[in-house]
Amino acid sequence: MTPLAQLIEAALFAAARPLTVEELAILDPDAELSDVRAALGQLREVYDFNQHAIELVELAGGYQLLTRAAFAAAVERAQFAIRAPRLTAAALETLAVIAYRQPVGRLEIEEIRGVSAGGVLRSLQERGLIEVVGRGEALGRPLLYGTAPMFLEVLGLNDLGDLPRTEELTIALQPPRPLTDDTHDAAAYVPAES
Amino acid sequence: MEQTSAIALPEPPTTALGASPAFVVQLDAFSGPLDLLLHLLREEQIEIADIPIARIADQFLQSIHELGLNQAADYLEMAGRLLRLKAQMLLPRRSEEEGWEDPRAELVRRLLEYQQIREVALWLGKAAERRAEQYSRGYLPPPLALPPPPLRVDLLELLQAVERVIVAIPDPVLHRVVPRPLDVEGATRRLNALLDARSEFGWLEALGPAPTITDILSTLLALLELARGGTLVLQQTAPFAPMVIRRDASRPAD
Repeated sequence: MTPLAQLIEAALFAAARPLTVEELAILDPDAELSDVRAALGQLREVYDFNQHAIELVELAGGYQLLTRAAFAAAVERAQFAIRAPRLTAAALETLAVIAYRQPVGRLEIEEIRGVSAGGVLRSLQERGLIEVVGRGEALGRPLLYGTAPMFLEVLGLNDLGDLPRTEELTIALQPPRPLTDDTHDAAAYVPAES
Repeated sequence: MEQTSAIALPEPPTTALGASPAFVVQLDAFSGPLDLLLHLLREEQIEIADIPIARIADQFLQSIHELGLNQAADYLEMAGRLLRLKAQMLLPRRSEEEGWEDPRAELVRRLLEYQQIREVALWLGKAAERRAEQYSRGYLPPPLALPPPPLRVDLLELLQAVERVIVAIPDPVLHRVVPRPLDVEGATRRLNALLDARSEFGWLEALGPAPTITDILSTLLALLELARGGTLVLQQTAPFAPMVIRRDASRPAD
């Protein structure tokens, strides 16, 4: 490994959060961004080639060292680490609305989901998944919400572009499925041609 | 998946008090009225764009009744919406009438929109599951702010701090409890003896020689008690005049 790759490895290990290429470039005043990218590539190869249980992952616009998924069960069973709490259906739906409609106010979220959203919004905000990004023009200048950087980290996304594009969604593409089918997703119906 | 299991609950959980269904449990099974509505449509294998409003409205009402959701305002709001649609659909109209807008259009739009959100939510859930399979160094989220530097104090500073705390404590109000037993029985016996000997005597005589405050109080209480019981009569000839204690005339001297 090059000295820069070693520096980067040390930084990623110490920071325990995604570090951007720009941040990593601070390590060596002589390093160009392209040098950092090359070193990151080298580091990734080292981990992959030697079959390390750790891999270099692109996450939330940066890079982070994470254990490989294959070892999650064993680590968890031994209680060396705690799995991140599962997001509730309400939380996921609210996140979905915010991710696609941001900046978006509470009223619109409630209109789409058909239920009040105050509690969910508060807990998502407490977990750092969403944040207030401004105020709307409507009466009372309602708070507008958007996704926070933690949203990408928790969902393992690099940026919002990783979200499925709306035209990729299966709705209006699939024929109605028979009842016996696995109905775990809500994409089973198409509007009839009228 | 979750919806089906919620409907298939063999018996609603009951409280110890009786058979009141625990509606909260079932509220959790649906993430809202739109979810419940989609579930009903799916069960009936009905296409969203062609909802038989009357039937679905009735089923919706029945569901929220059966599920014990009737306290949830969100569901009631949808129930009201469905009933209004049901009424609108019953209004007579000419099929070729220009400009007629299907009153269900808004509901259909919302259902489709909600379905899309459900699909995205599902995708997000899977993404989060995948991410949870990978651990970063240390599983706790990084602290938002640097923790304060460790506290460094020497023994003297610590003792001075303790001193400041102790000084600030107000002196406790100590109250010495001195046992001063009143001897009302003894005083009663003494008064009775006096009454036996004399039909009338004064307060000072009743007290006896060199009375303590306890003796005075005991005697006073005994006097009042005896007066109340009718053994003796207390009299004052004038305000602030010496008290005269007289045997009750009706009580025979023995």
